[in-house]
Formats: sequence, structure tokens, C-alpha cells
Amino acid sequence: MDIIEYLRKPWPWYVAGPLIGLTVPILLLLGNKSFGISSSFRHICAAVIPANLPFFKYNWRKEVWNLFFVAGIVIGGFVGNFVLGNPEAIVVADDTRQSLAALGVTDFSGLMPNDIFAFSNVFSLKGLIFFVLGGFLVGFGTRYAGGCTSGHAIMGLSNLQWPSLVATVSFMVGGFASTHLLLPFLVDLVK
Amino acid sequence: MEKSFQNSGLAGQHVAEPDAIQMDGCDGANGQKKAEGFTGNVKYLLVGVVFGIVFVKAEIVSWFRIQEMFRLDSFHMYGVIGSAVVVGLLSIWLIRRFNIKTLSGEQVSIADKVFDKGQIYGGVLFGIGWAITGACPGPLFAQIGAGYAAVAVTLLSAIAGTWVYGLIRARLPH
Repeated sequence: MDIIEYLRKPWPWYVAGPLIGLTVPILLLLGNKSFGISSSFRHICAAVIPANLPFFKYNWRKEVWNLFFVAGIVIGGFVGNFVLGNPEAIVVADDTRQSLAALGVTDFSGLMPNDIFAFSNVFSLKGLIFFVLGGFLVGFGTRYAGGCTSGHAIMGLSNLQWPSLVATVSFMVGGFASTHLLLPFLVDLVK
Repeated sequence: MEKSFQNSGLAGQHVAEPDAIQMDGCDGANGQKKAEGFTGNVKYLLVGVVFGIVFVKAEIVSWFRIQEMFRLDSFHMYGVIGSAVVVGLLSIWLIRRFNIKTLSGEQVSIADKVFDKGQIYGGVLFGIGWAITGACPGPLFAQIGAGYAAVAVTLLSAIAGTWVYGLIRARLPH
């Protein structure tokens, strides 16, 4: 049907942003849950490998809703890509394309560049940097900061929490520095 | 494994005392007093499904979109996050203004964020990782669902990063 065809096209920011924003009141009204995702990493630690660390000593079962939520995101990711997937290649801004091509990233066919994110790269230096190091920084950093883009930038700012503004600015500072200073070096390293 | 059961069992018995989450706060906190069973939790799974679809369809899960954002080459991600915050702000204001209760009739409660230096140090570290992986925690889960199996390694590493933070927390500046 036409509607499926329509849904398969990439959704513009003014559709996606408000839908993401609506998650805040939906979770609050469904069961007094504050929107946050990086918390799921902590609950997984608390449930699986607490190792007697005080930071992981709490009743994670009370927070289990968060694990249901992220399990839903995995399913949604599947539906979004395999049922409602965009048949066309992603449109990347020309300037970004050129900057990335200069770095050696040349595969623009999928949502992620295959030059980096192909599964065969897992056991290489590329994998060590882009998956292991990158992932470690995401998990360590978000917990140290007490939240991620959802917990701070969306939930915290929506509730006018100034510490969340500090966190959000810090995320952006780290991201800009990483993109412009670190990434050229890293890509060169794994060439 | 046995140890983990012991721990959670222990925490379960002492719900009256503040546990680690209540002491140091956490994003994504559960403010509901009434306990929910498995079926009650399925509704959060459904919200997650819709959320995951939005993540993929708006291409927020794309490494390229994150690169565009940090290269200031596209408004897309700024539009997504900005409009999400506007809608979130308005919703919370409406909930407070009209004292809208939760499904089970409770007062909506949102814990205040307390400032500590971790928001700066941790925030910068996360930002560095965000640009490398092209994913904040939410999109990480959506990328795995979207078939990027290698991202499972990123997820495991993120969990390891969280664990190491828990290990050395006392020695870090806060």
C-alpha cells in the first residue's frame, strides 16, 4: 500500500524529533519512568557481574522496565530496517562525503560505512578502535556523566536541569574534538 | 553467577533502605511505587519498539548523520534533538500545570539532577566515543536490531566501560 511506501522513506527531523520528545511524557504517564537509556548498561552490570561493587548493589529488578525498553529498541531497529527499510541509499551531505572520502571512508551505501563496520573488521585493529575503544568510552563516559543523550540532553533539558546542560555541552565538545582532531589520526592508523 | 543472585537477593530484602541507585541517582529511574510484573513491563517494550523504528527511520543510528552533526554539515540531528527537547519541555510543563497523574494514579515525580564534575569529564569522554562509534546508547541497540552484528562488540564494550567506572568510581574526581 501507499502508506508503507511512504513510511519507507527517511523520516524528516520534524517528525522524528517530536516523536522522540513524546517518549518523555509517555514513559512518565505509563508508570512514572524517567527517560534514560545508558542506565540499562548499569542494570546489566548489576544483574550479571555486580562483583560486590557498591555501585552495582541495588535492586535492579525494580529498574527492569529499562531492560524491556532497550529490548524493544532492538526489535524496533529490526522492523525499521527490514520491514520499513529505505530502498534507496542514504543521502549524506556533500561536505561530509568529501571530508570522509579524504579520510578513506568511501562506502556510502548503507546506514553505516562498511569500510569500518563490516563484521570481518571485528578482529582487527579497526575493530579494536571503532568497536572496543569507542564502546568503552560510551559506556564509561555516560555512566561517569550520569546519563547520555536521552537522560541528559532530552530528559534533563526538558526538565530544565542545568547540570544536564553542562553534560550536553560536554558531549558536544568531546564529539567535535573527536571528529576533527582524533578521527583523522585513528583512520590513518588503521589504513 | 551465584554471587550475583546473592547480591540481588540481598538488595531485594532491604528495599526500605536507600540502595545505590537512590543514593547516587541514575538516569532512567523508576519513580513508581507500585510494583509491576512481567506483563506490566511489556508496555515499555512496546514504547521501545516504536522508539527503535524512529531511530532507524530518521537515520539517527547512522554513523554518517553523527559525522554530519559534528562537521556542521547538516541541520538534521540538531533538528531532531532540538524539537525533541521542545516537545519534552511542553509535556512536562503540561503534566505539572494540570497535575496529570500516571496510569496507576500516582503523582509524576522526576528526580533533580545534581551537579558533579563527572558531567564534564564523563561527558567529554562519552562525546569522543560518540563520534568514533556513531552511536549514543539508544542507537547502539537499534543498530544491532538493524543487522549490524559487529555493533554487539561495541555494546559489550560499553557494558564493560560502565563496569570499570563502577570499579574505579571512588578514585575519580566528582
